[in-house]
Amino acid sequence: MKLDLLKTLNEERAARRATIVVTDVTTGTQRLVKGADVAADPLKDVLQEAIRTAKSGMVETQDGKVFLTVYVPSPRLVITGAVHISQALAPMAAMLGYDVVIVDPRTAFASIERFPDVKIIAEWPDEALPPLNVDKYTAFVALTHDPKIDDPALQHALARDCFYIGALGSRKTHARRVTRLTEGGLSEASVARIHAPIGLPIGAISPAEIALAILGEITQRLRQKPEAAK
Amino acid sequence: MLARDEDILTAAEEWSKAGRGVALATVVETWGSAPRPVGSNLVIDREGNFLGSVSGGCVEGAVVTEAIDVIESGKSKMLEFGVADDTAWKVGLSCGGTIRVFVEKVG
Repeated sequence: MKLDLLKTLNEERAARRATIVVTDVTTGTQRLVKGADVAADPLKDVLQEAIRTAKSGMVETQDGKVFLTVYVPSPRLVITGAVHISQALAPMAAMLGYDVVIVDPRTAFASIERFPDVKIIAEWPDEALPPLNVDKYTAFVALTHDPKIDDPALQHALARDCFYIGALGSRKTHARRVTRLTEGGLSEASVARIHAPIGLPIGAISPAEIALAILGEITQRLRQKPEAAK
Repeated sequence: MLARDEDILTAAEEWSKAGRGVALATVVETWGSAPRPVGSNLVIDREGNFLGSVSGGCVEGAVVTEAIDVIESGKSKMLEFGVADDTAWKVGLSCGGTIRVFVEKVG
């Protein structure tokens, strides 16, 4: 791999843009196709499919077999609520390879002392979330238990195609949330995207266990085909 | 800290810029059960330092040895590993799968 190509690849990945490296494994020749240039590429069809499925692999082309290394942005976790669970969730998610961002307007919660090494935005969701460009590679959780903060955050997430949306709260709390959100104009189908009660049902009690249950559910949503997940 | 995919490629770039002599190994095909999916990367330098993985640790040693050769010659190689046996390679995958690994020089 030429150093220039590797440098461009790393730049594209840092900017969270899908990129494909096309390698002729017989000759070793290689080229990089940026996500934005796929539509104009001679291999457009296979490249689009590769980005859609995020799967690398060998493909047959007119000029023989080539290997596609597909790089899609690493998953990101946006956490609303700098709460106790988040103190376990953020480092665990980072270890699983997520870029983690925490949003909480309450500065007493959103402090560096409580969250070393995590990107924290101490703003209201309306201000903090739009610049994050929440995308389909993003998992989104609302953990404050406070409708003033969680509701606008969830409304923002539901307007986007993030692959997972979860909200903390009991069935009762969630039922009230569903009522508020639908009365606020969201469709039932849209609100049904929220995983609540949040996390896999593993009997989690401590904040770290709840974080584990949440990450288990997010991983399931990310990796299992929809019909395989409950 | 665990090596993420970006870290591996960032390391490849940094190591190469630092003149360490670098190769990149990529899993290009798998048959049967294989521990790491197609597209997984391992970066290796001339001294045999490496980051990432192409298997569960079963064949990394052999890939590193081949990679050092690729760094010296500049010629890319395709390696294939099957079930552990005495033929072809002295190492193999205990899980019973087969993998092909493309090794190329960086820079």
